Amino acid sequence: MPELKTDSLFINMGPQHPSTHGVLRLGLTIEGERVVNVFPDVGFLHRGIEKLAESRTYIQTIPLTDRLDYMSGMSNNLAYVLAVEKLLDVEVPRRAEFIRVIVAEMSRLASHLIWLGSFANDLGATTPLIYCFREREDILDALEILCGARMTFNYVRFGGVARDATPPFVEKLRKFLSIFDRRVDEYEELLTKNAIFTNRTRGVGLLTREEAISYAASGPVLRGSGVKWDLRKDAPYSVYPEMDFVIPTGEAGDAYDRYLVRLVEMRQAARIIRQALDGLPEGDFTAKMPRVLKPRKGEAYSRIEAPKGELGFYVVSDGTANPYRVKIRAPSFINLATIPTMCKGALVADIVAVLGSIDIVLGEVDR
Amino acid sequence: MGFFESLRFIWLFLPNLMPREIYELGVMAVAFLAIVIFITLMVLFMVWFERKIIGHIQVRRGPLHTGGFHGWAQTIADTLKLFLKEDIVPRGVDRPVYVLAPLIVFMSTVVAYIVIPFSKNLVARDINMGVLFVFAVSSVTTIGIFMAGWGSNNKYSLLGAMRVAAQIVSYEVPLLLSVLGVFMLSQTLSLSGIVEAQKHVWYVFLQPVGFVIYVIAGIGEVNRLPFDIPEAESELVAGFHTEYSGLRFAFFFLSEYANMFVMSAMATVLFLGGWHGPVLPGFVWFMIKAFFFMFLMVWLRGTYPRLRVDQMMAFCWKVLLPLAFLNLLVTGLVMAAF
Repeated sequence: MPELKTDSLFINMGPQHPSTHGVLRLGLTIEGERVVNVFPDVGFLHRGIEKLAESRTYIQTIPLTDRLDYMSGMSNNLAYVLAVEKLLDVEVPRRAEFIRVIVAEMSRLASHLIWLGSFANDLGATTPLIYCFREREDILDALEILCGARMTFNYVRFGGVARDATPPFVEKLRKFLSIFDRRVDEYEELLTKNAIFTNRTRGVGLLTREEAISYAASGPVLRGSGVKWDLRKDAPYSVYPEMDFVIPTGEAGDAYDRYLVRLVEMRQAARIIRQALDGLPEGDFTAKMPRVLKPRKGEAYSRIEAPKGELGFYVVSDGTANPYRVKIRAPSFINLATIPTMCKGALVADIVAVLGSIDIVLGEVDR
Repeated sequence: MGFFESLRFIWLFLPNLMPREIYELGVMAVAFLAIVIFITLMVLFMVWFERKIIGHIQVRRGPLHTGGFHGWAQTIADTLKLFLKEDIVPRGVDRPVYVLAPLIVFMSTVVAYIVIPFSKNLVARDINMGVLFVFAVSSVTTIGIFMAGWGSNNKYSLLGAMRVAAQIVSYEVPLLLSVLGVFMLSQTLSLSGIVEAQKHVWYVFLQPVGFVIYVIAGIGEVNRLPFDIPEAESELVAGFHTEYSGLRFAFFFLSEYANMFVMSAMATVLFLGGWHGPVLPGFVWFMIKAFFFMFLMVWLRGTYPRLRVDQMMAFCWKVLLPLAFLNLLVTGLVMAAF
């Protein structure tokens, strides 16, 4: 009997594909259903945000940061503002700090909700997606009351925030928080113990502790691999040291652990918002700032724990009204680099699960 | 003589007016036409039904505007849109295979309806091995789907087609084995005969394990969630029908839902006593039972994620198949004992 000649197949997954979450292209080499090689190809959404920032004033750069990780604009605002404030030497009022923590954690909730929904959708479960969007809608409504925008906020400003937190906002947020924990239970009911879901995620997309560290992964990807590293605790900023919350970690470093870590993070984020609302002090929501901002000559780097991981802004100032250079350390971009390692020996269906479990946003990957 | 009496007169004397072959052919043509119209109407309703149910599961409302009452005309509008779309045949396809595939899939589905007894007298042709006939013709669907995947000259389609071939061939085995228990009890292969045999007690009570296996394997057979691996949209875009659009896609869509109904109807006939039921006419009972199954499939779709291809195969060969054999053995032993 003559031997059957077989060949491996190259598949372009994306940039137009339902589950690459935007314009990511994955080059897959497969043998049957088994993946031999996978490489991510990025750059389809490059808008040159870092370069654009150089021709704009400091405050005009804040709206640009909204367009990075558009699931959590507030976190991006915060990270950039913290970097520039290091060059400005301003005293941020305590009330503003509390509001910043509230909106950053709300962004985390919104981002994780979208992640959970689309992750479940990638695995074929369509219902959690709609449930998650229902809760996200409440968050966006609250943010709309606060600053008038739903996704591109431009809210966190140098020296404080753009508007004060009004009673309707607080009321809306409290109402949402009172039901949120039960809603998370609902998601868990649909997924956590579901045999099909655990089969699809347990042992899939393994990333060991050492690999995670050597790739400089951060956020839930790093914590899912068992590294207890969260900038809110390990390099605190704003008023996070006053908040009481726990950092969840996984054990195996698979997609299921990353899922569990994010679910706990959602509950903890709700807890932080509750504490911040209870402790919200009276006072100014912004410091008095000059009309034209000219930070002193020098450079500053600040990093925060964004929903997707460690988000860093490196700002160089030459003393003029425009930044000389802005460099963004985007967590999605660096986490995405782990995909070839995670997909070793995976099946085609696993690629989707792994990619979903990393949680990337192309706006941030490509900048 | 009134109008209806004269119609009846013509109906009774028709066979004597023409050669037997032509008469038979005429009857089959009428039956075929009736079946196609029935399938079209039912699929239109089924799609609307599914969208409403899945909508309410997902705290949405589903279609609401088209046609007034709860968007009842939405699926009709969708179908019209599909009919009016440009007929695109991509340049790289294997044209005869590509063009034939949807027709083969659709025809093999329609043919199965010929033997389904909707009520005591409402059956196009009651052949004495109807069950085998249904499973045999629905296997032909696999060939059509594989042709679609192969002829499309698209890598995603090819992967989807390979998955279909593997899945349907595997799931047919436990499916038929689960039905064997019913044959043993009823001692007939005729669908009407099986329904008659369930006059007093439905086989779902005598064959509970067989019923469960049938439901699972049946859902695997019609590629619905959690077994919709061949067209897993998050992995393979649309699987075997990625390159199809317009009318040709409509044929695939139609046969998918028509196939779902065949599975539901067979479950009704084999396990739920077919047209038997109090008060209401037999046809109504039949549809109620069949639509209970449709509801079950929609419900599963709203609840579960999708299995992975290797897990699905393992589940079929390592769990369903031994269970089906065990069920067969126990049925045989019990029958021999009593």
